[in-house]
Amino acid sequence: MAEKVLLGDEAVALGAIHSGLSNAYGYPGTPSSEIMEYLIKYSRKTEKIHASWCSNEKTAYEDALGVSLAGKRSIVTMKHVGLNVAADPFINSALLKINGGLVIVVADDPGMHSSQDEQDSRFFADFAKVPCFEPVNQQEAYEMTGEAFEVSEKYHVPVMIRLVTRLAHSRAVVVTGEEKEQNRMKKAEDKNTWMLLPALARKQWVTLLGKYEEFKKDSENSPLNPLYLNPDFKKYGVITTGLGKNYYLENMPELSDKPSHLHVGVYPIPEDKIKKLAQHAEKIIVIEEGYPFLESRLRGILKQPVEIEGKMDGKVPPTGELNPDNVRPALGLPVRKALAEVEQLPGRPPQLCQGCPHIDSYNAIKGALASYSESVVTSDIGCYALGALPPYSAIETIICMGASVGTAKGAAEAGLKPAVAVIGDSTFYHSGMTALVDAVAADTPMTLVILDNCIVAMTGGQETIVPTSKLESVIKGLGVDPAHIKTIVPLKKNHEENVEILKKEIAHEGLSVVLSVRECIEETKRRLKKGKGNK
Amino acid sequence: MKFDIILAGVGGQGVLSLAAIIATGAMKDNLKVRQSEVHGMAQRGGAVLSHLRISDSEISSDLVAKGTASLIISMEPLEVLRYVDYLSPDGSVVTASEPFVNIPDYPDIEVIYGKIKKLKNHKIVESLELAKKAGTSRAANMVIIGAASSVLPVSAGSLQAAVEELFSSKGKDVVDINLKAFALGAE
Repeated sequence: MAEKVLLGDEAVALGAIHSGLSNAYGYPGTPSSEIMEYLIKYSRKTEKIHASWCSNEKTAYEDALGVSLAGKRSIVTMKHVGLNVAADPFINSALLKINGGLVIVVADDPGMHSSQDEQDSRFFADFAKVPCFEPVNQQEAYEMTGEAFEVSEKYHVPVMIRLVTRLAHSRAVVVTGEEKEQNRMKKAEDKNTWMLLPALARKQWVTLLGKYEEFKKDSENSPLNPLYLNPDFKKYGVITTGLGKNYYLENMPELSDKPSHLHVGVYPIPEDKIKKLAQHAEKIIVIEEGYPFLESRLRGILKQPVEIEGKMDGKVPPTGELNPDNVRPALGLPVRKALAEVEQLPGRPPQLCQGCPHIDSYNAIKGALASYSESVVTSDIGCYALGALPPYSAIETIICMGASVGTAKGAAEAGLKPAVAVIGDSTFYHSGMTALVDAVAADTPMTLVILDNCIVAMTGGQETIVPTSKLESVIKGLGVDPAHIKTIVPLKKNHEENVEILKKEIAHEGLSVVLSVRECIEETKRRLKKGKGNK
Repeated sequence: MKFDIILAGVGGQGVLSLAAIIATGAMKDNLKVRQSEVHGMAQRGGAVLSHLRISDSEISSDLVAKGTASLIISMEPLEVLRYVDYLSPDGSVVTASEPFVNIPDYPDIEVIYGKIKKLKNHKIVESLELAKKAGTSRAANMVIIGAASSVLPVSAGSLQAAVEELFSSKGKDVVDINLKAFALGAE
C-alpha cells in the first residue's frame, strides 16, 4: 500500500497496471491523453507492458481486441468523440466472448473545454449493452479500473469506464493496493465466439442479452450504487450520477433535511433501487453530469406518479458542466453572496503561439486566395483551429477529425471553388487519408494543405504516428499526381514564394496537395531546452 | 479547517507549478488536497484557471463554489477581476503587478489596480523585479507563492520543501534561485 498524488487519468492508468495490464492503446484527445502518457512512460521505464499511440481510436480498439483474443488484459483510451470513430469495433465486440479483460476508458468533456460537443458516453455503453463504471474521484478511478477488468473477464464482455474533464484533470491522493500478475497468453478457445457471421452473431446476441440480465442484477447489489433512505422525510429524494454527487454533497450541509439519496456509479441503471427511492419521495431531483441519461429513463412518456426535476425541465442547467453553484437552485438553496461581482471584461481566448508555423501557413493561404471573389477554406481539429479567430480569420469549417478533406471535396463538386482543405499531420493520418483517396479517385479540383508540424501539438506534443520524412511518400502512395504534390516551409521570409506555389496549385483544375512543413515552435523550444540540459 | 484557492494567470505563466507547490506543501502538513486544472486548447495563451482546495477533512467537489474562496492568487492583474465572484466576504487577493498584454482591448492598468485595491485584503507584488533580483525572471511565480505564504494555511517550511522538490532535478543553483525568489516575495 502506498499513497500517490494522481490526476484522475493517472489513477486509471495505475489502476490498470495494478490489475495485471499487458497492453494499452489510444489516440490523444483532451481530457483523456494523460492515461496513455502515464502508461507509455511506465512501459519505457519498466518494459513490463506494451503501450503505444495508434492512428485513431478505431485501430486502437482493434489492437486491444487482438490482445484480448490472446488472453491478456488490455486498455483502450480516447476522448468522447473518439468513441464515435471506434464505435464500430466497440459495439460489435460486445457480441464477442471477450477472453483477456478489455477495458475502454472514455473521457467526456461536458462544458466543451477542448471539444466540439458534449456527448455522453453512457449512451454508447447502453447501446452496446455493456457495463459502465463512472468514478467520482481519483480513488474510485483507481479502484473501479480493477473492478472493470474483473467484470470483463467474469462475463466475457468489454467494460467501459466513463470519466469527465473535472476528474480526468484533477489531482488528489490515491491509496494504492497490490499489483496483480499479468495473464499468461491463452488464445480464445472457441473461434465461433469471435466470428460475427450472421448465423453466429445471432447466437452471440442472445448470449449478450442473457448477460445483460446479470449486469442488471449486479447493479442492484453493487455498493457502487448506494441507496440511503430517510423514512422521516418524504418531500423529495435525490439521485446523483458522476460528479453530480460531489456537488450535492458539497451543498448538503446547508439542507434543512436529509433527503433519501441514490448515487449511481455503475450501469445498467439499478431500476429496483430507483423504485425503492420513489416510495420514499414525492419528488425526485436528478443531478447528473452529462446528458439527462438517467432522467430521461425516469420520465418516460406517460405521466409519472412521482414528480421529477432535473435537466429536462431546466431545474438543473441542461448544458455545460455542473458545479457546486449551479446545482443549488434545484436543491432550493439561494445563490451565495460573494465579496464582489465580476464586471464585463475583455476575454482572453487561447491563441496560436508566437512563432507558430500555422500563422505563416495561414498568411500564405490567404495571400493565394486574395484574388478570388469567392472561395472556401475548410479546416479540422487541432491547434490550427485557432486560425478561426482574428487576426487570421482564415478558415470556415471545423467539424470533426478528418472532415476538412471530404467537406472541401463536396464543396468543390457542388461548384464552390476554389476549395482548400487544411489539416494537421496527425489528424490526416487519423481520418483524412480515406477522404483523400476519394478525392484521388474523382481527381476533384481542390487543394489539400497538410500543416505538418511534426507532432500532435494540441494534446501536449505526442509523436505523430508516421514521421514527417515519410509524409510525401504516403501521399504519393495514395495515388496523388506527383506533379501536384508540393512542399513549402512556412516562414515569414518564404511568404512570397509560398503564395506563388499555393496560387498555382489552387488554380490547377484537379487535386493538389501542399505539405507545409515546420516543427511546432513549442516542440522546438522543448527540444532545445532538453538538449541544453544534457550537455 | 477549509481553505479554497483560485489560481489564475495566462497560459505559460507557471500557474500549474504554482498550484503543484502549494498542494505538495499542504500534503506535507498532513492536509487533504484537491486540485483541478485545465489542459488542452485553453493553455495556448488563454486565461488559465486552477482550483485548489485544502482541508483537514474530506473534500467532495473539485471545484470551488462562488463566494467561498479564501484566496485568489494570480500571475496577472486583469485575471484577478475575472474571478472575484469566487471570493468569500473575508477573502484575500495576491497578484503579480505586471500586465500580460496579448489582447487588443486590454484595459488601462491603473483602472485594474484601482479595482483590486478596492477589495478588502489585497497584495499587488512587483514579482518580475523581485524574481530578477533572485536570479531569473522565470521565478516570478515563486515570488508570488512567497507573497501568499503568510495567508496560506501551509507552513513556510513545507512550502520551501515543496519548492526544493519541484526543482531538485534541475540542480542546486536553480533550487537556490527559486528559494530566494520565495523569500523575497515573503518579505
